[in-house]
Order: sequence, then C-alpha cells, then structure tokens
Amino acid sequence: MVHVKTTINGQPAEFLVPAYLSLLDTIREVVGLTGAKEGCLDGNCGACTVILNGRIVDSCLVLGAEANGGEITTVEGLATPDALHPLQQAFLEEAALQCGICTPGFLVSAAALLKREPKANEQRIRHWLAGNLCRCTGYDKIVRAVIKAEDMSSQLSKSKAKVAAKPTAKSSASPKASSVRSSGRSGSGRK
Amino acid sequence: MPVVFLPFNLRKYAGGARQVVVTGKTLGELIAAMETLYPGMSAHLLEEGRLRPGLVAVCGTTETRQGLRQQLDEDTEVHFIQAISGGA
Amino acid sequence: MVATFEPKKTYKVIGTRPIRHDGYDKVTGRALYGADLKLPGQVWGAVLRSPYAHANITRMDTSEAEKYPGVLAVVTAKDMPKAESKMVDLGEGTVNEKHEVDRIMASDKIVFRGQPVAAVAAVDRNTAEEAVKLIRVEYQPLQPVLTVEEAMAKGAPIILPDLVGDDLGEKVKKTNMAKHFRHEFGDVEKGFSQAKHIVERTFKMSMTHQGYIEPHNAVAMWDEDNRLRIWTGTQGAFAVRKQMAGILKLDESRVKVTPMEIGGGFGGKIPVYLEPIAALLSKKCRRPVKLVMERKAVFESTGPAPGGTLRVKVGVDASGKITAAASDMKLEAGGFPGSAVGAAAMCIYSPYNIPNTTIDGWDIVVNKPKSAPYRAPGAPQAHFAMESVIDELCEKGGWDPIDFRLKNSAKEGTRRGDGVKFGSIGNVDVLKAASRSPHWKSVLNKDTTDGKKRGRGIASGYWFNIGLKSAVTLSANNDGTVSLVEGSTDIGGSRASIAMQAAEVLGIPALDVRPTVADTEGVAYNDVTGGSRTTYATGFAAYEAAIKMVEELKARAARIWNQDPSDILFKDGVFSAKKDSELRLNFKELSKKLGETGGPVTVTGSVDLSTGGGAYGAHIVDVEVDTETGKVEILRYTIVQDVGKAIHPSYVEGQMQGGVVQGIGWALNEEYFMTKEGTMANSSFLDYRMPTTLDLPKIETVIVEVFNPGHPFGVRGVGEVPIAPPIAAIGNALHDALGVRLVETPFKPGRIMEALEAQSKAAAVKPKR
Repeated sequence: MVHVKTTINGQPAEFLVPAYLSLLDTIREVVGLTGAKEGCLDGNCGACTVILNGRIVDSCLVLGAEANGGEITTVEGLATPDALHPLQQAFLEEAALQCGICTPGFLVSAAALLKREPKANEQRIRHWLAGNLCRCTGYDKIVRAVIKAEDMSSQLSKSKAKVAAKPTAKSSASPKASSVRSSGRSGSGRK
Repeated sequence: MPVVFLPFNLRKYAGGARQVVVTGKTLGELIAAMETLYPGMSAHLLEEGRLRPGLVAVCGTTETRQGLRQQLDEDTEVHFIQAISGGA
Repeated sequence: MVATFEPKKTYKVIGTRPIRHDGYDKVTGRALYGADLKLPGQVWGAVLRSPYAHANITRMDTSEAEKYPGVLAVVTAKDMPKAESKMVDLGEGTVNEKHEVDRIMASDKIVFRGQPVAAVAAVDRNTAEEAVKLIRVEYQPLQPVLTVEEAMAKGAPIILPDLVGDDLGEKVKKTNMAKHFRHEFGDVEKGFSQAKHIVERTFKMSMTHQGYIEPHNAVAMWDEDNRLRIWTGTQGAFAVRKQMAGILKLDESRVKVTPMEIGGGFGGKIPVYLEPIAALLSKKCRRPVKLVMERKAVFESTGPAPGGTLRVKVGVDASGKITAAASDMKLEAGGFPGSAVGAAAMCIYSPYNIPNTTIDGWDIVVNKPKSAPYRAPGAPQAHFAMESVIDELCEKGGWDPIDFRLKNSAKEGTRRGDGVKFGSIGNVDVLKAASRSPHWKSVLNKDTTDGKKRGRGIASGYWFNIGLKSAVTLSANNDGTVSLVEGSTDIGGSRASIAMQAAEVLGIPALDVRPTVADTEGVAYNDVTGGSRTTYATGFAAYEAAIKMVEELKARAARIWNQDPSDILFKDGVFSAKKDSELRLNFKELSKKLGETGGPVTVTGSVDLSTGGGAYGAHIVDVEVDTETGKVEILRYTIVQDVGKAIHPSYVEGQMQGGVVQGIGWALNEEYFMTKEGTMANSSFLDYRMPTTLDLPKIETVIVEVFNPGHPFGVRGVGEVPIAPPIAAIGNALHDALGVRLVETPFKPGRIMEALEAQSKAAAVKPKR
C-alpha cells in the first residue's frame, strides 16, 4: 500500500492505495467519485480524463500513487455550489450530450483548454478534444457548446470585472499547464 | 375476401400460387381455412396455437398486435413476415 | 380499426428545446451508470475467454483458481441450467435456447474468439483477474470459418453440429447456412428485358461494432429466497428480465432488473452478456457481484453488425424508370444464427417503386462474434449496395440523381421488397427538400492545387419505426408538477421527449413533468429502447396517460365546483365550468386543491403499437481524396430526414448527426480486421479507429416533417434512419472524385490506392482511338 496525500477538487485527501491501482480506480473505488468513467483502460477514449497538476491525463494510464503531493480536478470539481461551470451550462443548452458517458471527460478536457486558451477557435477545439471519443453526437453539438461556453465565460468575466474592484487573481493559466497529453492519446494515434 | 400474400416457402403448398384468396373474419379463421385448402401450411405459421415466434402478420399496411384475434377487413391483404429487430 | 390523428398547427411544448431533465446529473458526474454502483458487500468478477475462434473444449480444471486467496466463487458452463435446442422469444427476436446459453458461456465448443468459458468472483477486481488466469482449459483447435464464402463452400468445417438450416422451407443438416429465404414479386426476367441500362455489382462488407463508449456491465444479487436482482446498463430492463428468466430457468417474477444510466447501446445492449454470469457467481457466494467488460472483450465477443457479400442488379428503361431489381444478400450471423439479413431485405428497395423484384437472403454462421442489432440493422449494408448501383445507373443514363430518385420514388401504397404496402411515407418530401438544400444548390469547387480530388455523392436510406408495448404512469403532485414513471431506457434524451408529450397535453411546462425510468417492478412492461420506437411508442403511452389525467382532473374540478363532470372544459391548460364562467383554475391551481377530492391522482397509459410508416433520409456529402495517400476527408455533409414531428429538435438533430458519423466511420475506417486464425487484430479503440472531432466537419441537418397519422403528434422514428445512407453516399462521392467504384468497405487508404492503381493500369492497356 502506498500512502497518498493529495488534493481533490480543492479538498485535501489522504488514503492508502495499492501500488498497482490506476488513478482512475483510485478516484472511483478509493475516493468514491464516479464521474470519471472507464471506457477502454488503454488511454484511447478519454472518458476517464481528469486534470492532474494542471495537465489533462487519462487517469487509467496514471497510477494512484502518482497523485501524491498533487492536485486533481475531476468533473465533480467543475461547478461551484452556486453555479455550473459555463461549459456544463452550455452542454445542457446545446444538447451536447446524448448518453452522457463521455461527457465528464469532454467537460474536463474542454475546461483545461478554456483555462489556457479562452478564445480557442473551432479548429483548435477540435484538435484539443481529439483524444475524447463520443459515439452518440457526431461531435457537432459538443464543439458548438464549447464555443458557446467561451462566449459565456467572456461575458461572465466582463460582468465580474465590472462588479469587482480588482480582477480575480486566478485568471491566468496555471504555470504547470502543458499541452502535452499523456501517452496513447496524443497526436500519433489520431490522424 | 382477404388476399393472402404467400411467403415464398409456402407457395409450394398452393401449387406455386403467390397469392390466395381465403375466407376468414379473423386471422385465426383465415389460417384455419388456409390449412383446409392447403394442408401442411399452418405448421409454418402457428406454434402452440399462436403465431410462431419471430413471425408477424401484416393486415393491410400495419402488423397486427392482436395475434389470431385480429379482425380482417373484407378485402384486406395479409402478409406473413419476419419480425424486425431494432437497434437504436 | 386503428386511430388516425391530424396535425395541429401550433404546439406549446412540442418543438421547443428545453434542458433535458437528466442533464444536470450528467454534466456534473452525478448520474449513476452500471459500473458506478457499489452495493454493501459487493465483490468483483472476471471472465475467462477463449483464445481460439473455433475449437473443442477437451478439459477444464478450475481447482487452482478456487484455492486462490480471496476467491469466493468459480463458475463454468456446468453451473448453467441445461438448455434445450428450441426456439424461444427472449424479448428481442427469437433465438435457439441452447445457442443462447452457449453464447453466454461455452459448454463444449468454441465458435468465436472471446467466448466465455469460466468466471471467478473475488474480493476485488485485481484478485478476480489474477485468479481467472489460473483456470486451465485444454482446447482442440479447429479450422476457423471466417467468410460467408468459406462457410458455404463444399466440405467447409461445420460450426454448429446441431444446426438445422432452412433452405427456402426445406430442412438442411450439416450446414453453416442457418436460413435462406426469398421474396419474389412481378416478373423479373420480363422487367430486365424491358431495361435499356442494367448494372450488376457485388459488394463486400466487413463486420463493424456499435462502439458504445461504456463497456458492458452488470451487478447481480441472487439471494437465499431465490430472488435475483440485476443492475445493468441495458436498452431494455424487461428484455433482460425475460432473457435471465429463460436462460437461468427462473420465473420472471423472481427477477428484478434495475436499468442504470446507459453509456450508449445502438442495439448492442439488447442481448445479455455478463448478467447471467454475474448471477451465477452471486448464487454461489451470496454477495452482490459486479462485472465490467474489458474493451478488448467488447470488440471480440459482443455484437457487431454483420459483414457479408451482397449482389445487386437493377434495370432501367430509356425513360429512366426502374423496371426490375434482383439481389442476393449473404450476411454473417457470427458464431450463432441470427443476422440482420431479414431486415436488410425489407429495406433494400424501400426508396423505390419497382414493379419486378427478387431478393434472396442468407443467414450464415461464421467463427466471429454473434452479430447483434446495430442501428437500423441490415439497412446500411443493403443501401450501400443498392444506392451504389443506382448511382451508376444515373451516370449511365445521364440522369440527375435526385430527379431519378423522385421519378422512381416509393409512395403510399408502393410495395417494399417483402411485398408489404407502405402507409404514409415521406420519401418524395425528403428528396425535394434535399434538392432545395443549400448544399445541393452549391457548386463543389473541384479545382485543387495540391493534386487532391473532390467529389459529391448522394444516397437515400430507409428504416422502420417499430411500435410494440410501452406503459407510463403519471401522478399529479400538489405543487402543480407531474411525476412520470416510464420503463424505456433513456439512451439519448428520451426522458425529455416523452415528458414533453405529456406536458403538451396537460398544458404545463416541459420541466414540470418529472420523468423517472423505473425498474421492472416500478412500471408495467415496456419493450426495449430500440427500433426507433421510444419517442413514438412510449411518448404515445405518455400522451394516453395525460389524456386520462385531464379526464380525472375534470372530475375533481367538478367535485370542487359542484358541477357535472361533463360540464367541465379543459383548454390551454385551464379547467373551467361551462355553466359558470367565474369557475376557472389552471393546472397548477387545481393541483393544490386536490387534497379533499378523493385520493391521489394517478393514471396509466398503455399501448401496443404497430410498426409506423417508417422514415427516409437523403444524404449529401462532399469528399476530398489525397491521391498520394488514399486518405479521404469529409468536407461537407448534409442530412435531410423525415422525422414526422420533431418533439425536441436538438435531440432529433443529435440523432441525425450521431448516426451519420457512425456511418462515416463504417465507410472510411471501421472494420473487424481478422487474422486467418480468427482473431480480431484491431480490438482496441486506437486500432479500430472510430471518427474523432478531427475527422469531421460540422454536420448540417434539414428536418422534414411529414405527419405520421399513427401518432397523436405525428412522430416517426428518428434514431436509425441516419446510419442507412452514409456508406453509399460517401462511395458515390468517391466515384465522383476519382472515377472508381468502391465495392468493399471500409474505403481505407490502401483500398483506394489499389483502386486507383487498377484504374491507371486499365487506362494504360486500353487502345487509344
């Protein structure tokens, strides 16, 4: 067993985890958050996407032990108690989900993109989301929803800027953020 | 009287006829009449007193959901087809 | 005999785009799918699968696994109840009971790679997976039979020794041919003799998988009182109940199935795979047992769409009228009988009115996974063949492909390939809308500077909308909302489309109807979510229930107002008294006053519907081909489809777009690439290569609404039609771009390069005039 101290969705967490257990199973079975989904266990579908230390990863390809000392964001951490994340709201309004199994992965991936590039264009969005498979929607409404969320976010930050005297400190991208995606889902396998 | 469109497999019982005109106010009566006229035919249509599993009777343009009790219009056409299985 | 309905000009709820009721749970990660369930005392199972595609099992020894620490139960086929070789209806078509049991767990013979042979339950997943490897199985490998041609060849190895084939009504033994049927109308020979142009082509297709992202899963608890509870991601909880009762020899009432949220199905989650295994494991250890299928096993052992060989011959006279059509379709059933060839035969000529037709269909057993329904089963295969031939005929005769299709279009009263007459259908409307679409009116710029070639294609497609049984319960809450309990798995927004139909009748907002998908004891029987039936049939049941609720509320209002119930009116959501204009209450106000009017208001709607008129689509696609590499890019895609009435247009568009993209994958990439040993060589998402965001443009949709008189709001099935035309549409576009006719799927780069090489060789040997 490995002793892990980590932060999940802003909350400190501490647990023991078998050395072989993936981060996905750690989050689902040990921590008890089931938003990240198992689709393939080989890093090809993106249903298990989470943000680990500012990078999006396929949590099935990372060990739970690797979360020690790190910060994890899952789909459960996107909304605040008062409001959905603009992406979640946009996905609802644009009907960007059908069965919903891939939705957590898409939302987490897209949230990481919006944080880095709040005005990514359609082609950039399609590139960024190419590691997430959806079999129901044909992606059209997902891409539209991400574009809509970008608009909603910029509206939101404009209105916030008006209300607040000073801009929020967290607006810049995390310095750890990187566009490198974990193995199996980066460029070569797809197109 | 209803016109029965015979599936290819059953045509041999009716001397190769593709369609037969048979009396019957209900589907059950119709199949009974077909058996009288063309012995052996109903074994392909019925099992344990009901339409065979996987077989659907179409009366007019719609499949019956009432089995052998289905009332038949005077000049309706009757087809026996495979049940469709869906996938969405 | 059958009620017919008229369209209404305006609706309040129908046609709007409310947020779906289950949306919040699904965007926050809160929605519970099968694999998310964790019951007290729950343990994990793992399944051992055959590494051979065709083999006899000669010996099995489970003792090492049984001794492994943490193991709670081991099961093999010996633990399955004895099955007879007889046909039974298990909720989705009929199957041979013994075949069905052997498909779940092989008793003596392996007929496809990945077929389960044993399973283990243990304290955790890792232990179960380690323990299952300790089971020793000895096999006698046999020659695998992998294509319909191999299977039908003289002296072919016989896959199922007990199979009795049906060859046009004659029984055949020692065969891999499960069925051969024929449809024959008019005089085909005479028809062809009247033709000026005849095109005949043979097409080959590989198996493809539904590709749902959520793997199969099941949790089972078989208790000491012989009650079996199942939690699973399924398209039909009642179908699971029926299959479980049949396979495990239980009374249906002993089985309770709770449908969890489902992560895609497309037909593939109608058959049970893991549920009976989890049940047997639970029976042995009396703990809830969870099984989640690994992705490789999903590809290797769950239902693909059949591949096969299709031959189509069509004749057209000088005026452009189709005079005759003949076709052979040999489809792969997989290791056990039951491909979609029957439905393929019903669809193949559906867009056309053809006076003389024959169809021969063969259902062929091969050593591949047992095929399962996949979105419009059989239609994509049939339409690929037919629409390619039609395209070639249009080229020969110089006819515009839409004009030609309009001239030969099926209409109400036209007979389909199996002889049944169409009711009200909208093919003409779809074709006219396609001809008016911005895409068809646009000119494809074929000038490229980089040597790439562009082309445009069009194809038609058809699928039924199945009716069958649905039941819905509505209960009025005292805050003016209504609880709706239904039994149709919500696979893509049907809670919304069903609730909206009740809301329309009740005159309340869509979100004031609160839908719940119940377990098999929480609602009356419902057939599967499949056959494009859910919004049509379960929506119809919701409509019926809502009509009853209005009647009940009229009676309650009459009681409150001391009026005769027949004097109560209901219009635009307001109840009023005919004889006293002061007496008016809207739905919400009345709901609050129900307390002293005679108990809770609860009603049910129950229907058993015939298959509806069915629906058509016409697809237009522009492609660009890199002639150096053979890679195809989709530049633009437009779907035109008759949906009857779009209840929630966003989800209708979503169905259309999703179906097309599956069709694009089928056309360009997806296949079961089999080694000669019968192993699928590309059994991962990486290698199977379904379309990603990068492979696609935006998908344009044109919704055509031709009212279906068999439904109160005119609904037609939507979900399946869109996968029927894409393969042919893309093949036709490739022909337009390259001048070569692709007759085998997928149209992968290597195959396109081969076709181009053959084309240039043929051009080189042709004498110049």
